[in-house]
Amino acid sequence: MKIKLKVWRQKNQQDKGGFKAYDVDDVSDDMSFLEMFDVLNEQLVKKNEDPIHFDHDCREGICGACSMYINGRPHGPEQTTTCQLHMRSFKDGDTITVEPWRAKAFPVIKDLVVDRGAFDRIIQSGGYVSVNTGGVPDANDIPIPKKIADHAFDSATCIGCGACVAACKNSSAMLFVSAKVSQLAMLPQGQVERKTRAENMVSQMDDEGFGSCSNTGACEAECPKGISLENIARLNREYLNAKVTSDNI
Amino acid sequence: MILLWNVPLVASDYYTFNQANHMSWFTNAMSSSIGKKVLMALTGLFLVTFLIVHLSGNLQLLLNDGGKAFNIYAKFMTTNPVIKATSYLLYATFIVHIVWALIITVGNKKARPTGYAVQPGNVSSTWSSKNMGLLGTIILVFLVIHLKQFWYEMHWGGIPTANYDGMEYNDLYAVVNVAFHELWYVVLYTISMMALMFHLNHGFKSAFQSLGANHPKYNPLIKGVGFIIAIVIPALFAAIPIIMYMK
Repeated sequence: MKIKLKVWRQKNQQDKGGFKAYDVDDVSDDMSFLEMFDVLNEQLVKKNEDPIHFDHDCREGICGACSMYINGRPHGPEQTTTCQLHMRSFKDGDTITVEPWRAKAFPVIKDLVVDRGAFDRIIQSGGYVSVNTGGVPDANDIPIPKKIADHAFDSATCIGCGACVAACKNSSAMLFVSAKVSQLAMLPQGQVERKTRAENMVSQMDDEGFGSCSNTGACEAECPKGISLENIARLNREYLNAKVTSDNI
Repeated sequence: MILLWNVPLVASDYYTFNQANHMSWFTNAMSSSIGKKVLMALTGLFLVTFLIVHLSGNLQLLLNDGGKAFNIYAKFMTTNPVIKATSYLLYATFIVHIVWALIITVGNKKARPTGYAVQPGNVSSTWSSKNMGLLGTIILVFLVIHLKQFWYEMHWGGIPTANYDGMEYNDLYAVVNVAFHELWYVVLYTISMMALMFHLNHGFKSAFQSLGANHPKYNPLIKGVGFIIAIVIPALFAAIPIIMYMK
């Protein structure tokens, strides 16, 4: 099949950038969206043109690197990562518009590559547990009900891809932050720092310039890992409880 | 004993708290993105209770008593000290809900300085959830006209009076009756109530989410009650001018 692409090209953070049109012929149904980009980039390299820069790593749908906003939706028409999106989701002759994630907190580095360091800084502010001493405990030392473990695991499946921010009309990072706060708030290991964690991570999220949550549910609908809005409600609870009852003044 | 206070009692005291600024913990909480949404939720839910009270009053317009019950009710609502005190809380709630909506919207717009070329449409979220500001603005425009027409007239306007059982009452019913026979006002009223319908359809359940109330046991109830409130309240409000216009 033949595909017409409209891709965002931007030399660097300072460049204004703009769309450029490309025709890609000989696209197979079985190609992933990224493989289609590989084909195009090979052609560009052969023509001595600058290839289109995009983030990718595992190409197995587990790393969350491949950030592309395809035809108005993060990761395109399927609820998955861009590497797991296949060209059979499109029709011969389709025009596909590809843009970078758009958020003040995610500045464009080049073309489709954005800086998601804001997420790292949020994690650094509290998305971990401190274990300061002692040997490695036995795996089954701490009893955790299966249901709780399942819920915590569901939250922990967040790969930090940023599709929630890209999908949200406010560029809000609430789904990401709520998943990270939830996975630890539900487990015994996370209790020690539970309140301060919620306070610190929300504070960092606001400092990074993400918007607030309008509860539209676009993040949940576009999340490749199906992180649910229940996490956001839990974050609201965790944060309010922390603000009212923590020792931090 | 004094020394004990300085000893960290729990391990969390070792974990750095990152928010060293001049704000009190309360101001800090309320100025966070979550705090602002909590305020929107609380004020919004309070405004819903106001709508229910307002509607119960309005339904008396449909009684065939020449407006007696409505006028007596109107007098009670403007003179009873408890209601009067509550009304100041209500005005404040309206202002906070509106001003905070503006603050939040400006902040949200700043979070995405460059927009997308292709919009997602309504595939991943409902239209009303993305247009609460627009819906709210329609309701605000209506509110201003509505307040001028009835609330201002009732308090400071020269409106006719009626006598029931030797007592003098402002004949607000007559003022309403005139307004509800003007086609433009009935149309404006109906459109505004439709905006309210969409606003409540998202707002009611969204308020509970913002307050952290999301539980499989209660979600169906919140959704159901929200749907009924969003449909029934605006529909009954809109029915009154339409019925009176056709009378």
